[in-house]
Amino acid sequence: MNRYASTTATNAREAAEWSTGRIIRSNLRAVIGRAYPRVIGLTREPSWLFFEIFLPFLAVSAFVFVYRALEAPEAYVGFVVLGGAMTAFWLNVVWMMAAQFYWEKDQGNLELYFTAPMHLMSILAGMAIGGLVMTSSRALAVIGIGSLLFGVTYDIQQPFLLAGVFLLTMVPLYGMGMLFASLFLLWGREAFHLAQLLQEPIYFLGGVNFPLRALGPVAGVVMATLPLGVGLDAMRQLVFADSGVAGVLPVGTEVLILAVMGVVFIVAARLALGYLETLARREGRLTLRWQ
Amino acid sequence: MPDDLAIHARGVTRVYKAKPERVTALGGVDLDVAPGEYFGLLGPNGAGKTTLIKILTTLLIPTAGTAMVAGFDVVTETAKIRRVINMVSGGEQSGYGLLTAREQLWMFSQFYGLPNREGWRKVDELIEITGLTEQKDQKVRTLSTGQRQKLNFARGMLNDPWVLFLDEPTLGLDVAAARDLREHTLAWKAAAPGRTLLLTTHYMVEAEQLCDRIAIVDRGMILALGTPEELRRRVQAESIFRIELDRLPQNGGLAALTDLPGVLSAVSADDDGTDAAGSDRVALKVALADDSALTSVVTAVSERGSHLVGLAKSEPSLEDVFVELVGRGFGEEDGKDDLS
Repeated sequence: MNRYASTTATNAREAAEWSTGRIIRSNLRAVIGRAYPRVIGLTREPSWLFFEIFLPFLAVSAFVFVYRALEAPEAYVGFVVLGGAMTAFWLNVVWMMAAQFYWEKDQGNLELYFTAPMHLMSILAGMAIGGLVMTSSRALAVIGIGSLLFGVTYDIQQPFLLAGVFLLTMVPLYGMGMLFASLFLLWGREAFHLAQLLQEPIYFLGGVNFPLRALGPVAGVVMATLPLGVGLDAMRQLVFADSGVAGVLPVGTEVLILAVMGVVFIVAARLALGYLETLARREGRLTLRWQ
Repeated sequence: MPDDLAIHARGVTRVYKAKPERVTALGGVDLDVAPGEYFGLLGPNGAGKTTLIKILTTLLIPTAGTAMVAGFDVVTETAKIRRVINMVSGGEQSGYGLLTAREQLWMFSQFYGLPNREGWRKVDELIEITGLTEQKDQKVRTLSTGQRQKLNFARGMLNDPWVLFLDEPTLGLDVAAARDLREHTLAWKAAAPGRTLLLTTHYMVEAEQLCDRIAIVDRGMILALGTPEELRRRVQAESIFRIELDRLPQNGGLAALTDLPGVLSAVSADDDGTDAAGSDRVALKVALADDSALTSVVTAVSERGSHLVGLAKSEPSLEDVFVELVGRGFGEEDGKDDLS
């Protein structure tokens, strides 16, 4: 019995002809395949409990104590806890999306991704979905612990809109990660420095630990560029409806901005990936490791 | 017709931009491999073998020339090529260490588009075939080098590739693991006729055992191409003798032998398998213009205080072919790194 081969095609040219349906199904399978290690990592590497919940929680606590010492409105404590939860997504985007292709290349996975019969966007989508599932559990842990320890109260009047805004924030945020994945690969080892360089400014400009409106005119720039800042501002307005602290723009406008950002970042990621592949194949960047 | 060939290459050239000067990894390679053929690229590090594989697997664009796999162009029809090929490299560390061997193969089966149930069935079958049943639930990062390479081999078989590229597949493996992998490759050949293999290696035995035809490559050029027998016949014109002596000849040693009329070369044969440890015996490999020169060699070693303890005429090996073509042995690097 032929235990190695199972295809029904009689030659290679016949086997290479795939229907559109088969192409779509294969790419969806690739999304699931790539998401799998991220989701399974939740149970296999419990060290994340310490590094990704306890350590970020220290920063959240510091801001809570500062606000309470300054007798700031109690809503600010809730703002910080929500910001701390959203930080987990940003960290995931920078380190496990943007820098991931570079690491995959170093491991030899990237070559196999390129030679496999699926689009690289499926791999990026799998990384994003897996990362989203993994990070959501961490974000929920930060919110749960923060709420219990600091007695945060929520006034959520439109829960479905809140869920929608959250998902709408994730699209451009992970779209940005997809875009950076290609760019970081092009920039080679500078990717590490770039990831570090981006981390703190985004915390600041994203208004993770304070209401974004406090940035004044700079908040307008954030509204045009950073999905984390826009989404966080909208979610704070929906979660703390009775806080009396205004957002930068009305929620409806911010939803529209997020939708546009989602399209822009995903399309840009697609274009960057196409450019990357052509450049990489022409210059040999896929095959030369550690550069 | 190129469309009917598994691999077709004409004038394939690849130049890397490197400082201070450009490096030509491939200098115009012509190659035709028929469907069902097992083809070997034999050459030292830096010969351009891996660069050619990268071009054929759509990872690199040739600087000049054309290449086709299964009748599809490697520059413009990458999607179709990727549906019918797979690649396994020696020392490959692909996948994710936190997954089990079984999970890792399943993950790759999804990348190759296998339906979920068929994917698991194929995974379990390949795990059994490659002898990884005991390790199937072990995390990948805990597998030994040999087990890891078997896993890579199983990954390469997941999509039943029509053209399989094996790039130094036994690099770094111990003798038993390397033999296992070669046996799996031969079993695949028997089980899946019509499938094509392109193997790069610098192990002569591997090339001879696995390949129907072999190309000897060096510095980006194919120097010779043919069946192992055809290649060996290229150096059949000379007579090669293996001479065993009780001690190394005095007064000039090997150099004195090479000065004799009719002697083309005389080198130690201890590096090709002779174990002279614990004795003064030495084995020499002497290439003669014709058999009549042997008498003067035997006389010369006797005059230099050595006694003949063994004499055999050797069939030329692929290494002899390589030395003849390149002017140096496999172990003698020319100082250039393989850029790929």
